[in-house]
Amino acid sequence: MNAVIIAVVQVVLFVFLAPVLIGVIRQVRATIEGRAGVGIWQPWRDVRKLLAKNPVRATDSSWMLRAGPVALVVSSLLLCVLLPLVGTIPFALVPSDLFVIVSVMLIGVVALALVGLDGGTAFGGMGSSRHMTVAALVEPTLLLSIYAFSIPAGTSTLSVIVETRLLSPEVIISPVSVLALVALSIAIMAETARLPIDNPGTHLEVTMLHEAMILEASGRDLAWLEVGSWLKLAALLGLVGNLAVPWGVLTDFSALGLAVGVVSITVKVLVLGVVLSVGEIFLAKVRLFQVPELLAGSFALAFLAVTASYLVA
Amino acid sequence: MSGIGAGLLLQLGLGALAVLTALTAAPSLRSRAVGILCTLIAVIGFLTGLGAMLGATGGLRISIALPIDPLLLAPDRLGGLFMLIVSSVGILVSLYSMSSTHGPDASRTAWVAMPVFLVGMQLVPAATDSVSFLLALEIMTLGSTVLLLADHASRATVASAGIWYSAMSQLSFFFILAGFAVLAAASGGTSFTNLQEIEPVPANVAFVLLLLGFGGKAELVPLHVWVPRVLPEAPSHVSAAMSGAMVKIGVYGGLLVSVRLLPDGPAWWGIAIMVVGGASALYGILQASVSSDLKVLLAYSTTENMGLVFLALGASMLLRGYDAQAAADAALVAALLLAVSHAAFKSTLFLGAGAIIHATGERNLDRLGGLGARMPVTAAAFGIASLGAAAIPITSGFVAEWMLLQSLIHGGRLDGAVVSVAASVAMPLAVAVIALTAGLALLTFVKAYGIAFLARPRSTEAAEAHEVPPLMQLSLVLGALFVLALGLLPGPIAALVAQTVSSNPSAAVQSVGLGGVSLPGIGAVLDPLMLVVLSVLVAIPVIVSIIVSALRYPHRTVELPWGGGGSRARPRMQYTATSYAEPLVRVFDDVLKPSRDVQVTHVAESRYLVERVRVEQRVSDVFETRLYRPVLNLFQRYGIVVRHIANGSIHRYLSYSFVALLIVLIVVSL
Repeated sequence: MNAVIIAVVQVVLFVFLAPVLIGVIRQVRATIEGRAGVGIWQPWRDVRKLLAKNPVRATDSSWMLRAGPVALVVSSLLLCVLLPLVGTIPFALVPSDLFVIVSVMLIGVVALALVGLDGGTAFGGMGSSRHMTVAALVEPTLLLSIYAFSIPAGTSTLSVIVETRLLSPEVIISPVSVLALVALSIAIMAETARLPIDNPGTHLEVTMLHEAMILEASGRDLAWLEVGSWLKLAALLGLVGNLAVPWGVLTDFSALGLAVGVVSITVKVLVLGVVLSVGEIFLAKVRLFQVPELLAGSFALAFLAVTASYLVA
Repeated sequence: MSGIGAGLLLQLGLGALAVLTALTAAPSLRSRAVGILCTLIAVIGFLTGLGAMLGATGGLRISIALPIDPLLLAPDRLGGLFMLIVSSVGILVSLYSMSSTHGPDASRTAWVAMPVFLVGMQLVPAATDSVSFLLALEIMTLGSTVLLLADHASRATVASAGIWYSAMSQLSFFFILAGFAVLAAASGGTSFTNLQEIEPVPANVAFVLLLLGFGGKAELVPLHVWVPRVLPEAPSHVSAAMSGAMVKIGVYGGLLVSVRLLPDGPAWWGIAIMVVGGASALYGILQASVSSDLKVLLAYSTTENMGLVFLALGASMLLRGYDAQAAADAALVAALLLAVSHAAFKSTLFLGAGAIIHATGERNLDRLGGLGARMPVTAAAFGIASLGAAAIPITSGFVAEWMLLQSLIHGGRLDGAVVSVAASVAMPLAVAVIALTAGLALLTFVKAYGIAFLARPRSTEAAEAHEVPPLMQLSLVLGALFVLALGLLPGPIAALVAQTVSSNPSAAVQSVGLGGVSLPGIGAVLDPLMLVVLSVLVAIPVIVSIIVSALRYPHRTVELPWGGGGSRARPRMQYTATSYAEPLVRVFDDVLKPSRDVQVTHVAESRYLVERVRVEQRVSDVFETRLYRPVLNLFQRYGIVVRHIANGSIHRYLSYSFVALLIVLIVVSL
């Protein structure tokens, strides 16, 4: 029952938080670049505007254009249900197993790639192809960093991993954990199409990954695609936040603890959003064919983390 | 006579009847009549296998005049499981072939070979001595070779595929024969039950020989070279049976060796199998991901899947050697689940490819597109099977891969202590290999499904496609349902499968919740049905809001919403399978060694204007060009030399026999 309450709270919180996070990221960037910016509520206004439009669809597009956005949103919402964001009380039969979480995330990745192909244009195919290539190459880093996190806790269940780090904070600053966290962060940047892998602020054809896939979508199709991607970013930043700074997360159910959990995860996500935004100012997008090198580097970090935790610890 | 024995005898009888029917039936009736008999054979095999898997004993004993142990067909639980796998694929394929075969595929020869192939595949896992095992293996190979050659008159590539297949399958057969011979010499009998206590040296020799032999049957690198030639050239229902069922015989052989015949091998056996499996998985999926030919793609992906099965098997052997029993058991069950799920999704995928060929005559993805609207049932079945192949939840492939990953991450440690340096390097590497394989498989099947079924048709054949006949649809739907059922109810299935290899199955795998699976030894739980319930719950508000919004703001349909600028965007300008994989070809340039040919034709007046650009890209199999070609060239040169000795003159041959006779007489008299 407690697990259900936490899941509901997480979903509702992140549905409200995700657009705000995007607004914060854009506003911070605008402020630092010396622009006025549009304020942190603009993503909300965008979604409202898109939902009240008649979507335009091509004659050749199939049901995938309708189902793909739903699949993406559902996969992102499932992430919000399964990840220990506000609290670490998991469902008994579907614990927050990291391998399952990655697979749920992949449903969204596949849905987005198929939407990109469904438009039947060169741009959509290009975005889809690049997106899947990056997703394929990021997979080893992702799973190996999960492996590294699972070793101190003895399980790949995320709520147990977070609790272990809460109980023995020395794990967090151990070199193994730092390596794994860096590797995981690079993987998440790639998965959520942020700099330096993709440039979220551009519509320039040679640099696009994510944007190219959603060019043909409009109205509510586009709105759900955007919301799904934002939710994914917010949930994964929440995961990084709870792995790096586990304090504040709810472990024993209480109303006060729930409130603390909600506030702390909100603060963590927004602070990480600001850090991300500031960091992105200093980064340029790397060439598409240098992305594998970056990912190979993060893979090396993750591999080092796993073997070190066996051979050193 | 026991039920198992009766089932086997019935299969043999039905097989003979089917062969007779194929020989005598009128061409118009042949496909239906023999197809129904083949379905019956597979159903009987299914029941027999189920019985054997649940623990029924008994079998068929065939006494022979030779001074060796009698032939005994008495499947144990593991054999029963593989009979079940093979016959389930057999049912799908037989149903499908009744309406898919026409022309040379439906010839008398092809229909005679079909029951022979099916019965041969059933008998291999039933055999409990090496002679009947080898006999059944050859019956199976014979049947499949004839089926492969069905189309040889119309396409030259079929004949070349036939030669490759015969050569490679006989090479595998030679290795298996040699391996069993070593075992028989060491143990003094051909029956599998005698083969327990073997000295290390013959055990090592036999292990290497049998690994090579069964590795060849299971399409592992570097013995996989027949796969990308044979599976695409065979009629699609035969490719489905070969990839879905026949390849599993190689897996069965691997399990037979490592679980039953030589269970307590040294650590390097496990590592050797892991290396071969990992290399096959990576190489197979890499080739599949850059392939534009749908059936070549599926063929290479078979190599990948079998590689994963052997990786799991090797990990289980390695971990058992270090007494990490729980993880070892989980890895072994994962290997079996991978094999079961591969049988389901790969036969569906090949049957789906057959449906596409039936409807369009094309298997080149670059000329397909938009088939989803034209062939909805095929699209749905192919889509579900693709999800299975890409290991996406709630399909069978996902559960199997999840279990393998769980066993690997828990394998490095036992009660908090590191088990060995080898394991703590092997496990992360194996996880990395599986991860990259899974990522590339995702790309491969997004490409296969997205390019073939979504977007706009890239050729008139694709634009004029129509749905296939009902019987073909039925077997596609059945296959897709298998994939979903295995993925939604993994608990009971895994528990059943665990019984076939583990002495204490409930310690390895248990069923929890609504068909969920739990690994008590390593404390991991997964319930796909709960996952479905959760996703339905979060999907309801989204879908309700979409319906509300669709009623208020209906969509508009236009020719091209944006299309990169409008009218220029003809279907030819879409991304094709080749362009989809282009970034990957560049990234893995060193491994794939693609050859690219770009011809630019300029306009006569100016070199700055281009009239036509022609790009051709070929990715060849590195193993074929670097390993097999040199050997084949050597043979060819030898053949040219030998041609002078054997020039066709009867006098010369008679004198050779005379000289040979003389030499024999001299040797005997010495």
